[in-house]
Amino acid sequence: MLSDFLRHELGLTGTHVGCEHGVCGACTLLLDGDAVRSCLLFAVQCSGCDVRTVESLAGQRAGEGAATEDPLHPLQEAFREEHALQCGFCTPGFLMSLVPFLERHPDPSDEEIREALSGNLCRCTGYQNLVAAVRSAARRLRAEPGEPDAAS
Amino acid sequence: METRWIGRSLPRLEDERLLRGRAQFVDDVALHGALHVAFVRSPFAHGRIRSIDTSAAARMPGVHAVLTAEDLGRLDAPGPVLVPPPPIDGIEFHARTPAPLAREVVRHVGEAVALVVADSRYLAEDARDEVFVDIEPMPAVGDLEAALAEDAPRVHQDLPSNLAARTRQSRGDWEEARRAADLVIERRLVYDHGASAPMENRGVAAVWDERAEQLTVWDTTQAPIPVRGAIAATLGLSESQVRVIAPFIGGGFGPKIMFYGDELLVPWLAMRLGRPVKWIEDREESFFSTTQERSQIHHAEMALRRDGRILGVRDRFLHDTGAYDPYGLTVPINSQCTLLGCYDVPAYDSEFTCVFTHRPIVTPYRGAGRQHGVFVIERLLDHAADELGIDRVEIRRRNLLHPDRFPVRQGLIYQDFTELTYDSGDYPALLERAAEEIGYERFRAEEQPELRAAGRLVGIALVTYVEGTGIGPYEGARVRVEASGRVAVATGVGTQGQGHFTSFAQVVADQLGVHPGDVRLVTGDTQEFHWGTGTFASRGAVVAGNACHAAALEVRRKILRLASQELEAPEEDLELTGGVVQVRGAPQSAIPLGELAQRANPLRGAVEPGTEPGLEATSYFGPATGTTAAGAHAMIAEVDPETCKVTPLRYVVVHDCGTVLNPMILEGQMHGGIAQGIGNAFFEELVFDDQQQLQSGSFMDYLLPTATDVPAIESHHLETPSPLNPLGVKGAGEAGAIPVGALYAAVVEDALSGRLEPGTRIDSIPLSPERVYRLLHPDSEHTAENEGHEGDAR
Repeated sequence: MLSDFLRHELGLTGTHVGCEHGVCGACTLLLDGDAVRSCLLFAVQCSGCDVRTVESLAGQRAGEGAATEDPLHPLQEAFREEHALQCGFCTPGFLMSLVPFLERHPDPSDEEIREALSGNLCRCTGYQNLVAAVRSAARRLRAEPGEPDAAS
Repeated sequence: METRWIGRSLPRLEDERLLRGRAQFVDDVALHGALHVAFVRSPFAHGRIRSIDTSAAARMPGVHAVLTAEDLGRLDAPGPVLVPPPPIDGIEFHARTPAPLAREVVRHVGEAVALVVADSRYLAEDARDEVFVDIEPMPAVGDLEAALAEDAPRVHQDLPSNLAARTRQSRGDWEEARRAADLVIERRLVYDHGASAPMENRGVAAVWDERAEQLTVWDTTQAPIPVRGAIAATLGLSESQVRVIAPFIGGGFGPKIMFYGDELLVPWLAMRLGRPVKWIEDREESFFSTTQERSQIHHAEMALRRDGRILGVRDRFLHDTGAYDPYGLTVPINSQCTLLGCYDVPAYDSEFTCVFTHRPIVTPYRGAGRQHGVFVIERLLDHAADELGIDRVEIRRRNLLHPDRFPVRQGLIYQDFTELTYDSGDYPALLERAAEEIGYERFRAEEQPELRAAGRLVGIALVTYVEGTGIGPYEGARVRVEASGRVAVATGVGTQGQGHFTSFAQVVADQLGVHPGDVRLVTGDTQEFHWGTGTFASRGAVVAGNACHAAALEVRRKILRLASQELEAPEEDLELTGGVVQVRGAPQSAIPLGELAQRANPLRGAVEPGTEPGLEATSYFGPATGTTAAGAHAMIAEVDPETCKVTPLRYVVVHDCGTVLNPMILEGQMHGGIAQGIGNAFFEELVFDDQQQLQSGSFMDYLLPTATDVPAIESHHLETPSPLNPLGVKGAGEAGAIPVGALYAAVVEDALSGRLEPGTRIDSIPLSPERVYRLLHPDSEHTAENEGHEGDAR
């Protein structure tokens, strides 16, 4: 499984596994720019593809410590400010689902946001602050064109 | 000027780790050379184990061990009774607890009968399929009423029946209340709860360091300290040889407080095999191996005067405890006590019977039986109001306990074994605020008639509840100012997303005059703090929060004493702010806390007799009785007569949990609780067939609400501080979830009023589009009963 390969072979444990049958969305990552469930893919299917996990979202300068970390992605920053996470287990999946959504919908309505969120399950937040975070992230991304997009 | 952090919506300090994908959950622990466990589970709900042939599996490459109960030595014994029955006169309680692996008889689907240890989970699962388990199936029972029949299949052969417990509590004179009543409402009410379904399943990882003779266990538990005690006792180790770490945990909601057999087996295997061992539950197993909550059937009566005043309530109910009852009577006691709610109920007579069934074990899940009690009293009040021709909100208004009545001694023993006592509150204010915010009067008088005239099925409802929270016995905390000036805090409770890293930091920061960002909190690591019980019963902020407060206060005293000497100024002239202690009005006369910490821990010279080195203190907080939070929820919702979907149009919550530490975190707790309540009320259902096979054991069938199912929630907070603790806080973790079922039943009934046959009542939860359809079309041929399913709307 791609999720197992990332987590256990590469040590990229930011991608979480919640149901292993493609419903909860916790394992969502970007495959050639599209949000996919990594629990429904074999690693070998992704040979030659561009795979992005939550660890790549903020980016981090190689070899430097926490003090010089790249700032959070606007989406991550919005999640923090709007309290869009509680236990945080589903969070990487939400973030990675929302990156392509916001690229394609830079100014989404609340209804579109809820529709976009509905592919992932969260048991803690009741989704309300997630909606607020996406709204806020969309605003930030519109205001800062060219700022770290998800895939950089 | 000292800054106050309590009461501020400070963004959470733990979030950055979670957002960067760097927080460590149990399955993220990297263990070199780890072996992996897969359990072999019973496919039958009831059966006799004839034989288990492990030989084929044991021969497979990469397999290190295949074990059954026979191989477990002293671990092959029933687990502990985690919560003994409370001291109530005449109580009957039969404790039956599961062994780590079943021997001879299996009592629910998914009960573990064997385990495989292999080089990888893949190999372990392959080998699991080669374990041949020969079980002779026997008849199984799940229906509560059927389970008590004389000829019912018995869950425990050594008991005369499936009766697990019986407890009666009463006060006042019900018979007299009944005689004096103008109206007695009688109802059979069924409330079914569900699976807590945290996004992270359970898991355990263990390493035995043979040279250091140290066992380290990472566990998705809400109670790391009791787990450490149990592991040490069972494996014959000193408690100081066992370190249990509950790292970041992906939601708990109750069932992770249970102590499961796998929490013993994995550490034992690590010691026995001399290799790190890990077991991570998969989603399918979690529907069987993790505890859940299910149904109660209440036969309830309420006696009232013509003016709507309650004279008394009598309740007899059955409670499904599942195949075993390791958590004692916590859930049904909560139901029994919470039923009284915000109301003045002079006479109360309640008796429950816990029933063993061939279903997974029931232990507390967010609300922990309180939903069931609230559902009963709120439904009785709604129906009494209808019969008496009184408005449903008005009848509540007439029965509320008044603020001058506190403390209210209820004369009942609560789950913490003390008398249920309401410490403080203002219930009329809650109700009036909720009614006002939702616009109750206007909606009833103007909007609803117009909507109905336009053919729309829109209803309104309001319910209230009291939640006993913040119970003992105690928690503790250690606070230390480090030489860097930063503050280290350790407490024993685990954390599963409640924001303890932030709210406790705010509590400590207020006393020490530092920024909460300079407070580093460790929770749930027994090496850091090893006294305490755990995170449950909405008690973290109350019990651990006040322990943090007490320890910080003690450190503050030490700071003032030492700084007074160093600055040659009286203590009362000093203030702590911005990480320094300074003479008020003379900031040039100041010492940074870090420097003071170094002076308190000198490398040369003496620490004075009678004092302790460093700026550190450990304190405990143990409340004599719990605090009582309360709330009112109101909703306007529309029923689509075609799809039978219920769409909330507005959802208002007014809640009072005393002093608010962090309003943003509190709101998040409300939102999440309400979402779980909505799941319970309309989407989620553990459906068993007549063989007690779970029919909804995946997220394809057990439907958690999504972002399109949960409405925007309008929340408001009142603050009547608790007199029982210095911070004045009451617990809030479960509140959101508790009244939602009662609210859904009332709002749907109201929406459908005029469309239902006279006398049709909603008296069960969960609802679903199918149930709504059957309410609207009682004669439809699509009303075939779901075999083996109880609790239908009638």
